[in-house]
Amino acid sequence: MDERAAQRWFDQRLPMWRDTESDLGQIEDGKSAATAAVLRTVRAYPEIARDLAVARRIAPSGRLTRHLEQIYANLHRTLLRRPENVGHAVADLVRDVPRHIAALRWHIAATTALFIATCAAGWSMVVTYPELISLFASEAMVEHVQRGELWTDNLLNVFPSSLLAVRIFTNNIVVSLTAMCAGVVYGLGTIYIIALNGLMLGAVFAFAGQHGLASGLFSFVCAHGFVELSAICISGAVGISLGEALARPGHMTRTEAFQAAVRDGGKVMLVCIAFLVGAGLIEGYVSPNPSFSVPERLAIGVAYLLLFAWTLLGGARRWRVVEKEDTRRQRHASDAALNS
Amino acid sequence: MFPYFQFAPQYLRKISGLRLCGWLATVRRSPMEEKLSVASVTGVDIELTIAGPGGRSYAFVIDWHIRFLLGAAWFVAGSYLYTGAVSLLPDLQAGFGAYTFTVLIPAAGIYFLYHPLLELLMNGRTPGKRMAGVRVVTTDGRTPDAGAILIRNVFRLIDHLPALYAIGLVTTMFTSRSVRVGDLAAGTVLVYDDPRLDSPSLARIGEAAVANLGLERAEIAHEVLDRWEELEQAARMRMAHSILSACDPPPPDDADDGQLRQRLAALLE
Repeated sequence: MDERAAQRWFDQRLPMWRDTESDLGQIEDGKSAATAAVLRTVRAYPEIARDLAVARRIAPSGRLTRHLEQIYANLHRTLLRRPENVGHAVADLVRDVPRHIAALRWHIAATTALFIATCAAGWSMVVTYPELISLFASEAMVEHVQRGELWTDNLLNVFPSSLLAVRIFTNNIVVSLTAMCAGVVYGLGTIYIIALNGLMLGAVFAFAGQHGLASGLFSFVCAHGFVELSAICISGAVGISLGEALARPGHMTRTEAFQAAVRDGGKVMLVCIAFLVGAGLIEGYVSPNPSFSVPERLAIGVAYLLLFAWTLLGGARRWRVVEKEDTRRQRHASDAALNS
Repeated sequence: MFPYFQFAPQYLRKISGLRLCGWLATVRRSPMEEKLSVASVTGVDIELTIAGPGGRSYAFVIDWHIRFLLGAAWFVAGSYLYTGAVSLLPDLQAGFGAYTFTVLIPAAGIYFLYHPLLELLMNGRTPGKRMAGVRVVTTDGRTPDAGAILIRNVFRLIDHLPALYAIGLVTTMFTSRSVRVGDLAAGTVLVYDDPRLDSPSLARIGEAAVANLGLERAEIAHEVLDRWEELEQAARMRMAHSILSACDPPPPDDADDGQLRQRLAALLE
């Protein structure tokens, strides 16, 4: 391109570049950009690409080229952004979670087996060497149990239920997210967290049992514990799957396999986190409340566990399908009524 | 590849209250820095400049100050309203639950949810990132969706270990795209949003400059002016003479360094 042609090209294109920049500013800043501005921006995308190619040829690292690159990158980032819709996100979650849970079944089985084995190990360690409880429980907890009472007794006199619930579910969510994220160390971090939690639970139950408090501890745990422990085991399974994706990426690169495992596992984790919030509320309001009898607590615990399993295994998906089918039938019926 | 370090522009040093982290601002782009090339449907690739550990840390330090100050401000104001005095551990006999829900938890929420919320609302940026001129994008150059932003922030649990974001910092130094574990997991990368190329700079490549010098000469003249101090005196005077020789009137042969610079700048305005 000779100098005069380049100058003519520049003069012709400059207003369009400026318009595109201002339209882009509107679209990026708010969702209420004018339709005309959006359409102009969409049309500008290939035009800017062509101008950029010309500018790169005229002045490869020039100011104009850099500027057009910036506009082009902004257009690409904004126009090709995936649409965000909460309804669609929930529908995706309902559709995908059962599939991911099915894919994770062996990981869940392995993590649960590890948890049970370490629970048994913790139990056996404290039964054989009671002094080892100091490794797993705080001094205050040990003193409580030695006095013949659980540290959970009169818990509501120390903290209000609401505060207790928030503290508990925050802690549980952090533990489960850490169990997942620690899978980045080829799953070893996850194994450590699950094993440590299993050892602690077994040891604490053994210690409480030695002082005749095991049934009291069980009655405290049973309302919230089934879902809480299940969610932590599933988080561990997601963590192990991250480790596996790094160790055995299959036909993908390690990074791709890791990202796919995180994406899939993240959806499962969202469900687990939602249920951990519920478990925290139960632990704050039901578990320390002496007015709930053991059968009532057991019923709450089992019902909540069944709801958790129903959600993870696709109950919500089947329910949505049935609901859609009903809506379709109703629409057909109303159409038929109108036609008649 | 490690970023190339050179001294920062003066305006970064003038930011009040951030002098202690001024060394972080000394990191700027160089010809050696990494580029992310993204294929586009138009067939013209997009070139994005990847932010290295320095740029990332600079943005993080600014964000950390903002979220800490906001959280602390909420806490102090809330405590004052409750107790009538400013205290870190107020002696509350009653109303501890309400105090926790209206003062402690929101303050913690501001501190911990600052990054995910603002990255979602500001299309991959936060105030700190905006000041540092960086932005989060996906590896295919798009604005990250909510899932990617949540994932990159959840992995801060690993990146911050054992202290002071050591794992995150080390990973940014050793990964090809200078990403931390959270970015690896979410498929995101931190890139520069070139602050030199905002709207006024396009005005600088305006009709007048191009009419005076022609497009290519105007581009060269801008480069020469931008790098004036870095060039040797003899070289920059030779180039300025060469560019201005096409103008009417041409510069006198005995024009000094300052005059040539002034003439060049006047032509481009």
